[in-house]
Amino acid sequence: MNADPKGVLTGAHFIDGDHACCEGAIAAGCRFVAGYPITPSTEVVERIAERFPYVGGVFIQMEDEIASSIAIQGAVWAGKKAMTVTSGPGFSLMMEHIGLAAMTETPCVFVNVQRAGPSTGLPTQPAQGDMMQVRWGSHGDYQIIAVVPNSPQECFDFTIKAFNLSEQYRVPAFVMMDECVGHMTERVVIPPAEQIDIVPRRWFKGTPDAYEPYRADADLVPSMVKAGDGFNIHVTGLTHDEHGYPNMSVAAQDKLVHRLREKITRNVESIVEYREDQIEGADVVVVTYGITSRTALPAIARARRDGLKVGHLRLVVVWPFPEQRIRELASRVRAFVVPELNLGQIVLEVERCAAGKVPVRLVGHTGGTVHQPDDIYQAIITSGKGR
Amino acid sequence: MSEELYDLETSLPVNPVERFLRMDRLPHIWCPGCGIGTTVNCFAQALESSGLDLRTTAIVSGIGCTGRVAGYMNLDSFHTTHGRAIPFATGLKLANPGLKVVVYSGDGDLSAIGGNHFIHAARRNVDMTVVLINNATYGMTGGQVAPTTPMSAVASTTPYGNFESAFNLPALADSCGAVYVARWTAFHVRHTTKAIKEALLKKGFSFVEILAPCPTLYSRRNKLGDGLAQMLYYQENSEVRHGAETKDVALGFQGKIIVGKFVDRERPTYHEAMDEYYTRKLGEQYVHAVVGGA
Ligand code: SF4
Repeated sequence: MNADPKGVLTGAHFIDGDHACCEGAIAAGCRFVAGYPITPSTEVVERIAERFPYVGGVFIQMEDEIASSIAIQGAVWAGKKAMTVTSGPGFSLMMEHIGLAAMTETPCVFVNVQRAGPSTGLPTQPAQGDMMQVRWGSHGDYQIIAVVPNSPQECFDFTIKAFNLSEQYRVPAFVMMDECVGHMTERVVIPPAEQIDIVPRRWFKGTPDAYEPYRADADLVPSMVKAGDGFNIHVTGLTHDEHGYPNMSVAAQDKLVHRLREKITRNVESIVEYREDQIEGADVVVVTYGITSRTALPAIARARRDGLKVGHLRLVVVWPFPEQRIRELASRVRAFVVPELNLGQIVLEVERCAAGKVPVRLVGHTGGTVHQPDDIYQAIITSGKGR
Repeated sequence: MSEELYDLETSLPVNPVERFLRMDRLPHIWCPGCGIGTTVNCFAQALESSGLDLRTTAIVSGIGCTGRVAGYMNLDSFHTTHGRAIPFATGLKLANPGLKVVVYSGDGDLSAIGGNHFIHAARRNVDMTVVLINNATYGMTGGQVAPTTPMSAVASTTPYGNFESAFNLPALADSCGAVYVARWTAFHVRHTTKAIKEALLKKGFSFVEILAPCPTLYSRRNKLGDGLAQMLYYQENSEVRHGAETKDVALGFQGKIIVGKFVDRERPTYHEAMDEYYTRKLGEQYVHAVVGGA
């Protein structure tokens, strides 16, 4: 399906990542946004508030992030594509409703423009400190999808991607920006609507008597109806059976939680996405994501000029993690270097997949600014010399 | 002859509220003597007499004993998180103004953890009906003190009696701008039914508080007898005072209960205000939201 041209501002723009994210959401068909002001994400909802009256959308500034993160789910069950936008402290408040969306299989998008924490931290400065929180922050076992843009153009493109993946798999999907990417202004090209692919909701086509709200299709994802369609659906955060009714048995829990996990793990290969540069024959592979993929570039170039064979693997989809690819590389390369604006989060995943075969070197940073390329360069050189 | 007279299969009258319930979910989980079931009966009868289209009526609950109501109603029903039924309902309603949205939950759910959402939905006048069952305690978790527990009442977390002031919920709703505010008890089934019906048919944020016994945890711990004894207390101590100033209707421990319809006024709903404002400001450029579209 193509994007609705009414929402698409086709053409070249010079805008920041927050504004590009807003345009991506509108192009993706998002027509309900609930938000609460928080730096450095507020510009996304400010632009939404300005644009929505012209495109038939409803924006509401809720009383807090807890309310925002569930108001969007109400809107989804009324038939909308919906999004909320926040940053660290607000994201922490939303955790319970990430679990609700996962459990009730409510497709919705959360944007987190990451800032340095913990707590209030550095409100106006970047970090990548919420990368594990987005994966594990709500209680219980569940899966989500998270994409990480590194430019305003990608804030546009990946917000659409997040909506599409969310609808396809009926999971909460996350656009994990950071303050740098959110406030960086660059050229953003918005294509004509007919060139933007949109995944529509998985609407159930049959009659109420043939419908079981949580009976999954072959890909383990069930089809949806909306409130008011005459299906009298029941949606609950309690463990439930195919009918959507609470079922407190171990068997029902086992079946449901396994399916919630496997609808992602079995489809990982079609979800994961990464970009590779000069991986073939590389001795050292630098694994990056988001803004760090850009600060690493001069370091990688310099190490290559020194004669080192350095590959660059940039994660576009961070969750689910491309385990398979990192495992393959671990048996071919001499070391991984992982720069990130935290003291070691995604590096743990790389280590897990490398499974002790090769050293994995973290270039940590507590955030507030980006890495000095020289720190990444030194890590590459040290790793390249090792063994 | 006797067979014809007593053919149970065919001659028992159908329970008039059956079609409003998910009969395949019964029996319900509530204790004997619990007042919640009585209020559900009133709600079903109010739905019946309101003439609302059940297809487009949705119910949203939070967590707790009353939070289970959504799961028993034969409507589109949403059992959400603790305290967050109102913001979920806000999203549901704003995304499809054609839905009639009812929030049905308990005092702890809506006035403690959900208190912030309650006051803001009333302030915005989001078009929804909030039915709050007030049993003065947290039943589901074992009878802890609630913001509605009267002074001196014993709860599991106030073993020597409660020393916090309780909320006067009609006054709270009134002061935040609710357009309809009523209070009844589980004893007043006809009044309760009528009040819920009026609330359902009222445009804007309508609020009905219903006092209901929790014999298992509240009454027993406070030595107030069984569910019936609490009903007798409601009967003997309630005073109907329609139009009472809501500041005068606070509740004390086993004291007088002022019941009635306290507020019934007009105010533009959130949606009406938004539409009217954007139409005035943006004229023909304003694009009204359409239902669905995902
Ligand atoms: S614990 Fe109290 S409120 Fe809960 S079902 Fe039993 S009597 Fe009712």
